[in-house]
Amino acid sequence: MKEFKLPDVGEGLTEAEIVRWHVKAGDPVEVNQTIVEIETAKAVVELPCPFEGVVAALLVEEGETVDVGRPIIAVDDGSADPAPPPPAAAAPGDREALADDLVPAVPAVPEEAGRNGTAAGGGEKRRPVLVGYGVKPGAAKRRPRRQPPAASGPQGAAPGAVPDRSAAVPGPQAAVPGGVPGPASVATGPQAAAGRAAVLAKPPVRKLAKDLGIDLAALTGTGPQGSITREDVHAAAAAPVRPAARAGTADEERIPVRGVRKATAQAMVASAFTAPHVTEFLQVDVTGTMEAVARLRALDDFAGVKVSPLLLVAKALLVAVRRHPMVNSAWDEAAQEIVVKHRVNLGIAAATPRGLLVPNVKDAQSLSLPELAAALTELAETARAGRTRPADMAGGTITITNVGVFGVDAGTPILNPGESAILALGQVRDMPWVVDGQIAVRKVCTLALSFDHRVVDGELGSLFLRDVGAMLQDPLRMLAWG
Amino acid sequence: MTADASRGAQAPPELVQLLTPEGERVEHPDYAIDLTPEEIRGLYRDLVLVRRIDLEAVALQRQGELGLWASLLGQEAAQIGSGRALTDADMAFPTYREHGVAWCRGVDPVNLLGLFRGVNHGGWDPAEHNFHLYTIVIGSQTLHAVGYAMGMQRDGAVGEDGAASIVYFGDGATSQGDVNEAFIWASVFNAPVVFFCQNNQWAISEPLEKQTRIPLYRRASGFGFPGVRVDGNDVLACLAVTRKALADARSGQGPVLIEAYTYRMGAHTTSDDPTRYRVADELEAWKLKDPIERVKAYLVRNRLADQAFFEGVDAEADALGKDVRRRCLEMPDPGPMEMFEHVYAESHGLVEAERAEFSAYLAGFETEGVEG
Repeated sequence: MKEFKLPDVGEGLTEAEIVRWHVKAGDPVEVNQTIVEIETAKAVVELPCPFEGVVAALLVEEGETVDVGRPIIAVDDGSADPAPPPPAAAAPGDREALADDLVPAVPAVPEEAGRNGTAAGGGEKRRPVLVGYGVKPGAAKRRPRRQPPAASGPQGAAPGAVPDRSAAVPGPQAAVPGGVPGPASVATGPQAAAGRAAVLAKPPVRKLAKDLGIDLAALTGTGPQGSITREDVHAAAAAPVRPAARAGTADEERIPVRGVRKATAQAMVASAFTAPHVTEFLQVDVTGTMEAVARLRALDDFAGVKVSPLLLVAKALLVAVRRHPMVNSAWDEAAQEIVVKHRVNLGIAAATPRGLLVPNVKDAQSLSLPELAAALTELAETARAGRTRPADMAGGTITITNVGVFGVDAGTPILNPGESAILALGQVRDMPWVVDGQIAVRKVCTLALSFDHRVVDGELGSLFLRDVGAMLQDPLRMLAWG
Repeated sequence: MTADASRGAQAPPELVQLLTPEGERVEHPDYAIDLTPEEIRGLYRDLVLVRRIDLEAVALQRQGELGLWASLLGQEAAQIGSGRALTDADMAFPTYREHGVAWCRGVDPVNLLGLFRGVNHGGWDPAEHNFHLYTIVIGSQTLHAVGYAMGMQRDGAVGEDGAASIVYFGDGATSQGDVNEAFIWASVFNAPVVFFCQNNQWAISEPLEKQTRIPLYRRASGFGFPGVRVDGNDVLACLAVTRKALADARSGQGPVLIEAYTYRMGAHTTSDDPTRYRVADELEAWKLKDPIERVKAYLVRNRLADQAFFEGVDAEADALGKDVRRRCLEMPDPGPMEMFEHVYAESHGLVEAERAEFSAYLAGFETEGVEG
């Protein structure tokens, strides 16, 4: 059995996403047969299989982001040696921890010297973890004769442990076969004191910890010589990073972030931290709209399509865009320009089995009301069926999110990236309302409009929201203004 | 203006061609060549084998066994044609992509991989093969080649038994100062050097039309020596044109610039993704001009080779690929002391002192289990 570890295919890359497997367990494979497509920061590349045999298992799933050095596929080539090394992490010679985290250990020299010591041996196989940094099992252990006291301190806690970078620190990792580190525990023992004295972590890990607000000194590293790995930081941040951490405990469940959830998270963070959002609210008496909806449903033109309050909200929004075109625009940071869109690709936020998607109705401004109704119906059905294509979601210019269907009154929606306004529609509920000086029970709904204040000033945003509200209060205005 | 410039740089003008993409033999008044069927079959074998070596190296890189690889895919004919034009006495100065020329110079293909595997700084003795080490810096080897040629000139290696140097570089390198300086020196000293530019259309992501407003070979006239553009995917034309240029150089007629008009069918290196900057149609168009297919078509059409020959070459290529793979994986890691080798040709005081110091430092460690 042989394992293929994710190589660095581009001079210093640390991770790659598994895009697509070309083989599955049980398939025969030949040397250099394309087995998988991966996407790195630089390119999408196909990886050829280094072994001939039968695929025993795919060790990572599509969509997963994998660190360089992690095994991604096991191939049964008829050789006897078992693929996963013995889980006894403390056993001398097991360097899985090192394979997982290529921190240059301190001191680095013993490794070099060790490599030299085996160069003449000839029997050792170099592991293609990362060219130039490959590690060998069973390399002769060497250590400096004179060690600084600080370095030997923590090791003293583990009697008999060899102060070599390969000697894994006994910790959560030792309990997990396959070298997948568990969550780092908060240091309590002598490791903690040593950790505070000098925290070992790569610069990118330090950056990650800083970004996530994690105090490195409070962690016990699971890497070589107790160095803190990326996984340790993620675990400490309780951020579900890799599905491998799925073990969790009875008190929590870890859900890998990928696919739509990952895309949504990235889009929301990108939007929230680039576009200065402002949200305004307006309560509207939509009794007239609800009556109009009922009357439209009776018309032949709307046979077979869904007529909902959303349809009239969409129409009102389109009319309002015509009156205030600047709302339907985008901020082009690179060009330092505001791009006013002449077409309205009306996005509708939809809760789907895949998660939140925002497909849009292309050229919505050119559609008649029945056409708009049909388009919205189709869009919703496609989304619910999970068949929304990327093209359906691309190129949106303005968005409606109907949070009212979940039974809430309002929200402060975050802009769909690249757009300047998003309208949230709250639930329609019976409310006491003053009509002609009398309290009456009316259908009332709260509208919330978030807009990008770089593009849309408070005045314009208010006018736009007021216009939408006015049209929903009296749908005849749509005729007057449309 | 830009459009004109681009047309000027790329228009297929007076291109020396002896074998069309369809495998038809055509004649050129200035570049006659008369090869035996045996020799043409030999060129075909060279082309197939170097392509196979290259494919294996790309795969090895993708499997984490090489840090990097610069593929020659598509440029086999330019390299084999020019490489087979060299005599043993000629000296070649490559870039990092001249795997085909290295093959012609008798360099073991496995030795090409050592540099990219990080186990040596160039795996062959340049003097043994008259093939300089791979040069990573763009264009600097043109100066080395001119200097070497001037040395040959001063050694009196002129005439029938003379020698010349040939230097390989790409279209992107023509924008480098080094290359232009080399042109000037070669010109004014009438150095016996052939400048062999493989114009593969792309300097990583920079297209040719952003490098020049005239065809590259015409630059030579400004420096005062002849330039010629050859179909770089035509192994016969590359052989004929390079042979003549070397003969001219050896007989004291000075430098020549050869622009081998070809195409890099793969990525610049394994770290590059060409789909980000060039369109698929371009690659498809060049596939029709494949350097190997046209030789095969010629051999088949003229009944100069049978099926057994082609199958034999393919089998040989596969065996070579496997052999290269096996021996690549077996290459030993160097010891730390090896970095002190080959720094200077002769003993050097400072290097010796550093060698002794580092040796003592390494001796400061002990093998596990031994009390010290």
